[in-house]
Amino acid sequence: MTILSSHVDTRSDTFKRNAETMRGLVEDLRRRTAEVRLGGGEDSRKRHVARGKLLPRERVRALLDPGSPFLELSPLAALDMYDNEAPGSGVITGVGRVSGVECVIVCNDATVKGGTYYPMTVKKHLRAQDVGMENRLPCIYLVDSGGANLPQWPEVFPDKTHFGRIFYNQANMSAQGIPQIAVVMGSCTAGGAYVPAMSDETVIVRKQGTIFLAGPPLVKAAIGEIVSAEDLGGADVHARTSGVADHYAQNDSHALGMARRIVANLNWKKQPSVSLLEPHEPRYAAEELYGVVPSDNRTPFDMREVIARLVDGSELDEFKHLYGTTIVTGFARIWGYPVGVVANNGILFNESALKAAHFIELCGQRGIPLLFLQNITGFMVGRKYEAGGIARDGAKMVTAVSTVNVPKFTVIVGGSYGAGNYGMCGRAYGPRFLWMWPSARISVMGGEQAASVLATVRRDNIEARGGAWSKEDEEAFKLPIREAYEREGHPYYATARIWDDGILDPVDTRMALALGLSAAMNQPIGQTRFGVFRM
Amino acid sequence: MFSKILIANRGEIACRVIKTARRLGIKTVAVYSDADRSARHVAMADEAVHIGPSPARDSYLVGDRLIEAARRTGAEAIHPGYGFLSENPGFAEACGKASIVFIGPPPAAIHAMGSKSEAKKIMEKARVPLVPGYHGDDQSPDLLAREAGRIGYPVLIKASAGGGGKGMRVVEEPAKFADALAGAKREAKASFADDHVLVEKYLTRPRHIEIQVFADSHGGCVYLFERDCSIQRRHQKVIEEAPAPAMDPERRKAMGEAAVAAARAIGYQGAGTVEFIANQDGTFYFMEMNTRLQVEHPVTEAITGQDLVEWQLIVAAGGRLPLAQDQLRIDGHAVEVRLYAEDPARNFLPSTGTLVHLRLPEEGPHVRVDTGVRQGDTVTPFYDPMIAKVIVHDRDRTSALRRMAALMGETEVVGVTTNAQLLKALCAHPAFVGGEVDTGFIERHRESLFAKLQPADDRALAVATLARLVEWQEATDAAARASGDPWSPWTRQDAFRLLDDGHDDVRWKDGEREVAVIARRRRAGGIRLELPGGALDAEVRRLEADRLAVRLGEDTFTASVVRRQTGDGVDYTVFADGASRRLRLVDPLDVTQYEAAASGEAAVRAPLPGKIIDLRVKVGDSVSKGQPLLVLEAMKMEHTLAAPLDGKVKTLRYAIGEQVAEGAELVEFEDEG
Repeated sequence: MTILSSHVDTRSDTFKRNAETMRGLVEDLRRRTAEVRLGGGEDSRKRHVARGKLLPRERVRALLDPGSPFLELSPLAALDMYDNEAPGSGVITGVGRVSGVECVIVCNDATVKGGTYYPMTVKKHLRAQDVGMENRLPCIYLVDSGGANLPQWPEVFPDKTHFGRIFYNQANMSAQGIPQIAVVMGSCTAGGAYVPAMSDETVIVRKQGTIFLAGPPLVKAAIGEIVSAEDLGGADVHARTSGVADHYAQNDSHALGMARRIVANLNWKKQPSVSLLEPHEPRYAAEELYGVVPSDNRTPFDMREVIARLVDGSELDEFKHLYGTTIVTGFARIWGYPVGVVANNGILFNESALKAAHFIELCGQRGIPLLFLQNITGFMVGRKYEAGGIARDGAKMVTAVSTVNVPKFTVIVGGSYGAGNYGMCGRAYGPRFLWMWPSARISVMGGEQAASVLATVRRDNIEARGGAWSKEDEEAFKLPIREAYEREGHPYYATARIWDDGILDPVDTRMALALGLSAAMNQPIGQTRFGVFRM
Repeated sequence: MFSKILIANRGEIACRVIKTARRLGIKTVAVYSDADRSARHVAMADEAVHIGPSPARDSYLVGDRLIEAARRTGAEAIHPGYGFLSENPGFAEACGKASIVFIGPPPAAIHAMGSKSEAKKIMEKARVPLVPGYHGDDQSPDLLAREAGRIGYPVLIKASAGGGGKGMRVVEEPAKFADALAGAKREAKASFADDHVLVEKYLTRPRHIEIQVFADSHGGCVYLFERDCSIQRRHQKVIEEAPAPAMDPERRKAMGEAAVAAARAIGYQGAGTVEFIANQDGTFYFMEMNTRLQVEHPVTEAITGQDLVEWQLIVAAGGRLPLAQDQLRIDGHAVEVRLYAEDPARNFLPSTGTLVHLRLPEEGPHVRVDTGVRQGDTVTPFYDPMIAKVIVHDRDRTSALRRMAALMGETEVVGVTTNAQLLKALCAHPAFVGGEVDTGFIERHRESLFAKLQPADDRALAVATLARLVEWQEATDAAARASGDPWSPWTRQDAFRLLDDGHDDVRWKDGEREVAVIARRRRAGGIRLELPGGALDAEVRRLEADRLAVRLGEDTFTASVVRRQTGDGVDYTVFADGASRRLRLVDPLDVTQYEAAASGEAAVRAPLPGKIIDLRVKVGDSVSKGQPLLVLEAMKMEHTLAAPLDGKVKTLRYAIGEQVAEGAELVEFEDEG
């Protein structure tokens, strides 16, 4: 294979400046993530532990195979939302290995508002289930939640992708043979009661877990019956009498041990439907990624420098190297798994869109997973290009991306704007995983462009009514727009709303992709049937 | 000389005899019971004959089968080793009748010394000093009690036919005489089929000094100097040395000549040992004569440079003693320790089980190891639980003891409890090194010898933790290789986390203390361990099955770590720095422990395999904590099992005479109140 050779001067001032900027962003990311990891705060954690319960992150760790990785999803969900009273949106989700099987883990954090579901909690839970469904991964729910957050009910309860979808997903995954396992380690109230009830196998912890459709206060209100939570829906009730739970655990650890045993008995066999090679590290150090991306995101850079630091042996066999050069396409391996790389190296022209569509067809034909590396301001605009059918060629690319039936992975390295986001497998195009770098920006268009567009429209209005608009006034008008775009296009804003699966420290990108690719191999790659390509 | 001999024994002594025979070009025939089918002595011999079931009385003690085996294999002589039939005149006679040479003294000599009371009569006539005592035929308990009173307490009750501490009781006061007598008689009966006992004065700080004698059929008789075997526990020798500390040449000569006289008095031939009990002032009394090769003969071999088994063979084949008295010299000092499968902390209770891991000292110019077992062998309840004898020969006593203490620190045994640490403590004990020797030494220095368990040091915790990490890695790698995704990144062991540092904790129970060691595997390799005493960087690599190469902080070393599943958990035994440490793995996720807890009830279990010989309670009895419940005979010792709690006996699972397995539930209680 062809070895990419780097042209970056790691001793240059530019490189050092870039690296410094990126390290600053990563540091801030780590700091904010560390805050969120503490969940509902010191007092709440103390109370949790005093009840004899393990903290949620300890539960996840204990459940996982010793020393094995955990690919956490959207740890910063709900960041700066709900007055920051739901760190991480009160649930930990991710992919981890349990008894040698890659599983989706959904773990409520009862230290955060009793583990109740905010809108982003629901979204994160459903996203985790999507990961389970798309990649055919058994799902383990470590339940400790008071159910829907009542004041938020209109955004949590009734709609298609709200709370009810959780159980719909459980039923349908079970129907597809994707195991659903619940471990009840705390409350499991009202709708939440269906998580264990809808599971294939359920464990409940003695004197900790409770399952009931209506808690003692509601029972008293409804029928006047006075009953304790334990007598109403404790482990003894459900393991001995009701049959809602299958396994009776003495404590959290016992319950997690039982969950591991359940997974060990799944008879799960992973058979990757791709050719495998022994992995090799890239020839260039991952740390150099810090200096590769310019600190000003308007400065272009060669995405091959990123590819050289992600793929096995820095080897990339390019396709149409000389054609449509604003997009790089080629075959590589990540951790021994084959990938087809589609990477932006400038604006998308007709040729680049055609090249990408052709390459995606090849990958679909051959069953090769696709990796999209985004740094895209969009498709080329202007009279010449509209007349040249840029929309037609863009549509070919979007059709290819939408219908190709291989696992897709997207990393937003730099900009992700407008239709470029679509053509390059944005969230709407079902990548198995989508991550952002701290340097990324995502918007319908750039803040400056948006401000200009809106200012032009406004000036036209004012001047049509015979008014005048000073340069100063226009600037004052544009400033908040630019600011809003900067804020809303920032990765924190995106990740808080679960538009991605998390923001990566660039050095973790290779490992995150490797883990994602490997997890995706639990789902056999099927045949592709493309839609109509507009010719 | 013989061309083929049969060794009517097992274990280390059989191996030891085979070694000399092989050196002399003599073919060997081993015999074995069911339990010894794959024992070391069987593997070492040129051929081997099965002689019956595991209990010695059905195999190694059945003379006819041994003689038959010798006849069938064409062995011209039988070496009896020690124990079993080595001092059985009937067997020696039967050999003679079958025209097979018994490698030992004539039957008459065995007979003369076989009964202790008979032996003493002979010695009395020869004017050898004797310990005051009663050696009469009248065995009525009242008379024996009266005689004890006449001799003066404390007294010692001994089986006349006995040896090796069986059927032996020290009685401090008249009130305890009757019980002790009954016990001694019962043990005597069980061990020797003869409950005849004698009563003697019990010396308070006696030394045990014995003289090795050798006689041939041509009138030659020499002594090969003395051995001091004073360091004993429960009347069994633990450490033997030659020459005896503080022995002057005159007394050595006096004792040696007395021993030769004793041998001559009974027409002795072959190897024999005349045992004396000596006071601290040097006065000595004849105790008994052992008409066989002793366990501790290697110390004599070491200081004289002679092979006593070779001498035995020469004499038995009708030859003359290789050396005369004036040709024998003492060279340096030799010490032997007996490494036993026993638990010194539990009153030397024998410990049985599989030798999961066994690393004995390496033999060399100063070191000799006599053993009958290999790693993987089982120490059964049927025979003596000795694992090995380690013999050190050095220029003087201090050097020998120092060397031995170091060797005991390096001795690694997992699967049974051993006395290695006690042996190490003894050899390093200032009083013992300083020459304080008497049979009460261990009991008197109990405090300093049985060191209280110190908390495990960080090194032991680190090594055990690293072993656990290596196991995980190996298990994960093996599973990966066997899977369809052999290089999966999910098999990485560095606890990869996004924007967080992953870690594992490994928890250990160290005595009563529970310790969690946090292990953080670095992406670049290496492990950071957070130990009670602080954090250290570590690296680990497996060298062989139970051996790890470890770098811990600035130190690089190798350590043995043996993982062992026991009935109630998983233990890791760490051998490093000349000490061993057993740590119990605490795995809260192991579901089996909760299942066991759920069914836990108060019960008394057999501490080792044995036979119920007495039941002191019956179903429905209310008992108080500590009250004797039953007597278990195991390894020819009686173990009284007491109630663990106040309660009511709910079930007695076995009757008197029944054999029980280790861990068998014997008595079940129901709580009262």
